Amino acid sequence: MGSLRLVTILLLTTMVLVGSPAFAQSPTYGVGRTPTAEEIRRMDISIGPTGEELPPGRGTAKEGALVFEQKACIACHGAAGTGGLAPALQSKKGQDVPIWQRERILPLRAPFATTVWDYINRGMPLGNEGTLTADEVYALTAYLLFVNKVIPEDQVLDKQSLPKVKMPIGDDYAKLHEWKPNTPRLEGYPY
Amino acid sequence: MGSERTSRRELLKSGAALAGGLTLGDIASLQAQAHDHPPTPSSKNDSPMILGSKELTEYGQRSRYVTSVRIQHPPGGRPSPDAFGKQFHIATPLQDSVGVITPSSLHYVATTRGSYMPDIDPKLHTLTVHGLVDRPLTLTMDDLKRFPSVTRLHFIECAGNRHTPRQQTVQETHGMTSCAEWTGVLLSTLLKECGLKGSAKWFVAEGAEEIKGASSMPITKAMDDCLIAYGMNGEPLRPQQGFPVRLIPPGFEGIFHTKYLRRIKIVDEYYMNYNDFGHLRPDPKELALSEQIGPKSVITYPSGGQQLPGRGFYEISGLAWSGGGAIKTVEVSTDGGKKWNLAELKTTPQRMAHVRFGYQWTWDGNATEILSRATDEIGQVQALREQIAQWWNVPVERNYRVPGLDNSIMPWKIAKDGSVTNGLA
Repeated sequence: MGSLRLVTILLLTTMVLVGSPAFAQSPTYGVGRTPTAEEIRRMDISIGPTGEELPPGRGTAKEGALVFEQKACIACHGAAGTGGLAPALQSKKGQDVPIWQRERILPLRAPFATTVWDYINRGMPLGNEGTLTADEVYALTAYLLFVNKVIPEDQVLDKQSLPKVKMPIGDDYAKLHEWKPNTPRLEGYPY
Repeated sequence: MGSERTSRRELLKSGAALAGGLTLGDIASLQAQAHDHPPTPSSKNDSPMILGSKELTEYGQRSRYVTSVRIQHPPGGRPSPDAFGKQFHIATPLQDSVGVITPSSLHYVATTRGSYMPDIDPKLHTLTVHGLVDRPLTLTMDDLKRFPSVTRLHFIECAGNRHTPRQQTVQETHGMTSCAEWTGVLLSTLLKECGLKGSAKWFVAEGAEEIKGASSMPITKAMDDCLIAYGMNGEPLRPQQGFPVRLIPPGFEGIFHTKYLRRIKIVDEYYMNYNDFGHLRPDPKELALSEQIGPKSVITYPSGGQQLPGRGFYEISGLAWSGGGAIKTVEVSTDGGKKWNLAELKTTPQRMAHVRFGYQWTWDGNATEILSRATDEIGQVQALREQIAQWWNVPVERNYRVPGLDNSIMPWKIAKDGSVTNGLA
């Protein structure tokens, strides 16, 4: 009996020691399925600052000007991105004006060109979202960055060059502090 | 008591008459007598009857005498629906609210740029969690409901919920907040199921509507209390609220409460999505004030556009909430802020939920100003616009814009004639 108990204890100890790390790694409920890498790739339209999710393709401002006409962007945003009912896309203020005193225009004020690409790709054109090809999105991004004097007219935008575009805002914007539960929204703010 | 007993006795006595062929109307009239409410001389009934119908049997309706409705926000702003059938901002009629639950039909609505409501078949909708996890996961709505659930009361408030001198009613000043009971699965439950990698710092939540609205939020928030909600006030979410599933990050600004949730991506840096771009600020202090909502309260009765019939007793009633936790106390002033009195909390305060407060007041008939001030469980106190401006070292102009979400104190003016108007005007 005594030796049997010892064996049991040893066995249990071994199970706990060997089993627990594996247990912590495995799912608790086992509900749902694992999506394939291809499914995730098709679904993942979040383009982060590094641009790692960007699809292959390329475009220039000249090509983008054509797309801007063909896809009827002009109808809402106006010719060259001004004078329409939809938000203006071309700054009227000079480059010498500090960025925070210039208009709140996505292809001007965004800290990353990837945000411009991401938004055109997911949200435009109104009513036909998700229909633009990757080349068209690269071209439109190039066109809008060009009319805001962020890049030269002949610059080719693709997966490599787009994340490297230096936006006028540089690093001149606030970063969120680390959020913690049960903590005032702003340390030292009396209200 | 005596008369009631007599009535009952008479009713019991008249029970014998039932056998003698009393009509339904007679019985109703007898019942009315039993409760000391005599019927009007012209009619045997107190009021006409609502005929039962298949529709009313299946899904109930409020009385036709209750006419409280939502309105577009702001009143002079973009109409909802617009000419294309897109919806924009719609405000809750807080002036008519009682308790803390906003009926689903009256919950405020906001869309990021005007949006059609997607008509999603829940059988076809999936939620995928991927990115910096050991095991990406795709869930059908049936899968989601198999996970352990939680039910919690939470408010949502739009960053555009600002009170200005031009607004008249509390619906216009504060109607872009509502509170509902949400049922769903904790996001932390799903993330543990997927296994978070050590490099996980942020997550991006994305909706399935045509614009695929997406926001970046801290992973700490995801693991703390975010809810993947499929239920609202005891039934499935309404399409205006993100059917079949939405994210509830309690206490964060409304835009983070991603509707039609289809994807959660775990990432290592702030992704600067289009919705995040909306939060871009030069000053980190102002930025911090536009994520988690500060302590806030408003008096809903008496409020702008309402009329006190005369001097005498009133129970001042209102709502208080905070993105930092539960409300601890609410104070009410009935003399323009000179003296503050502790209000009674009418419901149990819950984290990031509206609480109803009341303050018993006898109005002497003189012109005055009434205000409310909330303090939450982590010690944050709602401030006057003047105090906030002073902290930022700027003058308080008529149109002073409070940085971040406007949680400043709302004054209501009461004139000698009992009319109630916006105290900022």
